[in-house]
Amino acid sequence: MHPPKRRKPPRFQIYKDIGNKPYAITAGLSFVFLLAVWSLLSYTEAVNPVFLPQPQRVLMELIRQLGSAEYWNHIGISVFRVSAGFALACLIGIPIGILAGTFKFGEALVEPPMEFIRYMPAVAFIPLIMVWAGIGEWAKILLIFIGCFFQLVLMVADNTRRVSQDLLHASFTLGAGRWKAIETVIIPAIQPQLMNTMRLILGWAWTYLVVAELVAVSSGLGFAIMKAQRFLNTEQIFVGIIVIGLLGLISDRIFAFLNRRLFPWA
Amino acid sequence: MDQAARNRGTAQPEAVPGEITILGLHKAYESRKSRFEALRDIRLTVGGNEFLTILGPSGCGKSTLLRIVAGLEDASSGTVLLDGEEVIGPGADRGMVFQGYTLFPWLTVRENIEYGLKLRGVPILDRRGVSSYLLRVIKLEAFDKAYPKQLSGGMKQRVAIARALANRPKVLLMDEPFGALDAQTKLEMQEMLLDVWEKEKTTVLFITHDIDEAIFLSQRIVVMGAGPGRILKEFQVRLPAERTPEVRERPEFLALKRELAQLLKH
Repeated sequence: MHPPKRRKPPRFQIYKDIGNKPYAITAGLSFVFLLAVWSLLSYTEAVNPVFLPQPQRVLMELIRQLGSAEYWNHIGISVFRVSAGFALACLIGIPIGILAGTFKFGEALVEPPMEFIRYMPAVAFIPLIMVWAGIGEWAKILLIFIGCFFQLVLMVADNTRRVSQDLLHASFTLGAGRWKAIETVIIPAIQPQLMNTMRLILGWAWTYLVVAELVAVSSGLGFAIMKAQRFLNTEQIFVGIIVIGLLGLISDRIFAFLNRRLFPWA
Repeated sequence: MDQAARNRGTAQPEAVPGEITILGLHKAYESRKSRFEALRDIRLTVGGNEFLTILGPSGCGKSTLLRIVAGLEDASSGTVLLDGEEVIGPGADRGMVFQGYTLFPWLTVRENIEYGLKLRGVPILDRRGVSSYLLRVIKLEAFDKAYPKQLSGGMKQRVAIARALANRPKVLLMDEPFGALDAQTKLEMQEMLLDVWEKEKTTVLFITHDIDEAIFLSQRIVVMGAGPGRILKEFQVRLPAERTPEVRERPEFLALKRELAQLLKH
């Protein structure tokens, strides 16, 4: 008699953790795959190299650009615009979002118009912004602000509404009034979710940055991309896109790190 | 406590603080199409320092009644008095322990216990004194710096009880606090609760659907029935004040258990 054969559990289990190492390997493989497709298409010249430059040439270009002070100026000014627009949106949007999520009056006052505005493409505001704010720094910051603000308010309001009623009730029976409950329950309770929301919105901010820098500017990564396009310098376009991607990734990682550090209780 | 002792000396038994009087309480939920009567004509007095349990099947409105006493819900008509004064809204004089876990996850065990004191601006040294004492009472001194997510269900409820007691409430309202715990932990928690009640001498209004729990803990049991929620009958528990586990085997205990089971069947 054979011992009963134990079937191995399947590798792909719904929601089940797979451990750090397999995760990292899989993630690495997906990058390798992307690179492989790119290499295949470019080295065989299946796609015209003017449209799709070879990876190693993009890498050379990236190294060359990162060696130049001018490019770092572009990066600097772009980071400044994103940070300013994003920070402004957070500064105004988060308190409004919390109030809209806490009080039904706030919700009625804020949400219907925001639901309406957020479906208007921020890009369509560009001509209007140029009329309002000219073509200076404020115009770019304003566009990023508009792109982020309305989404942020609605998402923060949603985060706020998800705070457990029981926690609020507990604070009331421990002597908290409404404002104390907001201060000592709602605000701490939403923080981890709020960080996630900010992470998402920061991604949007980078998207709007490029849009903002495509018109009437002479600095920034978006401008660098536009300039490269004029000379059909696809390597440089790729470099610009990759640098923005890396900056986005770095800021995203910083948020993820802060989330773990600041909220060990979550 | 000294207050209570002094009052007892003045030959006015009704002057023991923490007396709840519920007068002709009705609660109905009304929508345009239907009307649901949750509570009908509840009259009940809970004496100062008394341990009273409301026993009833799910849906009999016992939780609603407790939440009205806590001030978390409004009655449709009728009043709740605490030491002769009408209860309006929640307050620190009526501490509450909920069925679900309602510790603030961002605060450590000690900070959770001190929450109410901090709201009232009690200086830190005094807060430390109270929380250290209560940590000892609930036997969790070693966990003072732990976050709620590191605690088991029973430990969380012990902290929740300590958090409510830190405010020195006149009344402790308990809404099936041990309902989610396993049988063994439940028994331990019951003994601990009696121990705490012995030390703190506060009025306890306890809600459960567990007959054994009701008899073991209470001095008096009020049985509620559903549809609409109303008081069916009242029982004095004639067991020694000292409740050891052996109490559960006494003939009085078993007789009362049979009677209550019979009553709840209908």
